[in-house]
Amino acid sequence: MNPSVASKPSNSYLSRRLARILLYVVMIALAIVFILPVYLLIITALKDFSEVSLNRMWDLPARFSMESFERAWNGGQGTTGMRGSFINSVIVVVPATVISCLLGSMNGYVLSKWKFRGSETLFTLLLFGMFIPYQSILVPLVSVLSSIGLYGTLQGLILTHIVYGIPITTLIFRNYYASVPQELVEAGQIDGAGFFRVYHEIMLPLSAPGFVVVAIWQFTSIWNEFLFGLIITNDPRLRPVTVALQNMSGSQFTQWNVQMAGALIVALPTLLVYIFLGRYFLRGLLAGSLKG
Amino acid sequence: MSAGVDLARVSTLERARSGRRAIRRDRLVAFLMLLPSLVAIAVFVYGFIAYTGYVSLSNYTTSRPDFTFIGFDNYIQLFNQRRFQENIRNLIVFTAFFLVVCLLFGLFLALLVDSRVKGESIFRSIYLFPMAVSFIVTGVAWRWLFTPGDLEPTGLNLLFESLGLGFLKARWIADTSVWPNIEVTGLKVRLLIPLAIIPVVVAAVWQMSGFCMAMYLAGLRGIPEEIKEAARVDGCSELQVLRHITLPLLRPITLSAIIVLTHISLKTFDLIMTMTGGGPGNKTELPSLYMYELRFSQFNTAGAAAVATILLLTVSVLIVPYLVYNRRAQSIER
Repeated sequence: MNPSVASKPSNSYLSRRLARILLYVVMIALAIVFILPVYLLIITALKDFSEVSLNRMWDLPARFSMESFERAWNGGQGTTGMRGSFINSVIVVVPATVISCLLGSMNGYVLSKWKFRGSETLFTLLLFGMFIPYQSILVPLVSVLSSIGLYGTLQGLILTHIVYGIPITTLIFRNYYASVPQELVEAGQIDGAGFFRVYHEIMLPLSAPGFVVVAIWQFTSIWNEFLFGLIITNDPRLRPVTVALQNMSGSQFTQWNVQMAGALIVALPTLLVYIFLGRYFLRGLLAGSLKG
Repeated sequence: MSAGVDLARVSTLERARSGRRAIRRDRLVAFLMLLPSLVAIAVFVYGFIAYTGYVSLSNYTTSRPDFTFIGFDNYIQLFNQRRFQENIRNLIVFTAFFLVVCLLFGLFLALLVDSRVKGESIFRSIYLFPMAVSFIVTGVAWRWLFTPGDLEPTGLNLLFESLGLGFLKARWIADTSVWPNIEVTGLKVRLLIPLAIIPVVVAAVWQMSGFCMAMYLAGLRGIPEEIKEAARVDGCSELQVLRHITLPLLRPITLSAIIVLTHISLKTFDLIMTMTGGGPGNKTELPSLYMYELRFSQFNTAGAAAVATILLLTVSVLIVPYLVYNRRAQSIER
């Protein structure tokens, strides 16, 4: 027997085995790099004031303390607490998300099942609104909102989020409804169902996943949004969380541990949604990028 | 008998006719339901853009409104400013690095996750989770990591030192130098790479590469295994399969990703605001930040509108052909 023949498969088995191990090592190393900033946020936020020192920032806290969360939430000693801002964000996010969903669903229904001459062009024109840099509409936005008395109010912020959410929510629902067979709609029409009854009895019962995807998408993007919040709410008491965090992080008086606790407070709601409904989050993400 | 048949036929005809009328009415209702959104977009997107464009050509450069038409003066002034030239340089460098690194790294992650590993969904979730977090949170975390420390090292520098990788230490977001610092006649800025922008790119890549991975993964899942298997049977190595089959089939995904990433990069605002505030010495400032300062600190509304218009035009050069192309591709499919 030729020994090389016998050793060859075991060699390739070994090298494949090694490649597999290397693959896992690389993937785990990358996962650590991805988690590193969050790890640092968490260990710093869990330290109390006496333990926060720059040259021990990578050390685990000697004892866990919720002091920094308490300070970040309630404020004190030169720090403005985030509680009020957190409530503002909730007040903005909830109605904006609900109305966005309803609008998007209706628009998607019309643009997928009631196409008319020029509807595709209108849809493309609508989609353009998704890609504009919002800097290009800030100047008139401020003047128009002031002239209708909504500048510096949460209602103004809600309206803004709803309007600029129209393209993406319409896109997601339109693509979603495109997979509902046109025959179902026609069958409904033969039975004498009109526009609203087809929507209510045929489309809506099929829409739950679409609503979840759009709701999560809007919730996450509005919660994380910064520019509109910064510009429309000039009153510090009306700031959303992202603006409050930015102010806190720029403050000389706020300790690192409190800043990190603040960052975690801001990140928590969207992270929870991601952890429990990540599948739908991913679908929204891809819907916004793949062809319309 | 025959009368009954006739009656039935009449009623069917009648029903068809009234049905057609009903459908015509429904068509109108459908359009009316779409109308509020169309009006909102017409005003808030197209009307506002036109307004911004007009203001950028006006004399509204102080807090007092003045809509006198002055032509392209605001643009000429901007391009002659050292600061705006720096903005443009920073934007080009930021976009180039962000785009290339995000695409390559995202593809790499997708190939890793797609290689039938155990715990695939856990890895995918970890690589993607930064997408769920606000740029402000990202900025706060990474600013701290990239603060070099004045007397003693902090953040990453401290980590590198304790791991025996001291040679990796750098000034990061406090670095004021430009590399290779070329002077070009006619330009008021030095080229090419402001080193302080690299940490910002790292943070942006951390946040967005998972998105690229997700897109590529969706693309990879769409490639039939049989094609790859056929190539392997023909004696192709894994690398050859990747190069000659997988990568060409992923090209449309790359195009979409480039569009999305570039438009995100052009309007990046919050991340820079939190991480560096545009500093040190405007080395990381982008037009989006300068626009904000022009409008809300210097009250030069026309100047701000000019910056905004330049940004919009840049995005449009990219987006409009993409949207038109997509629309064409769709009508061909039908």
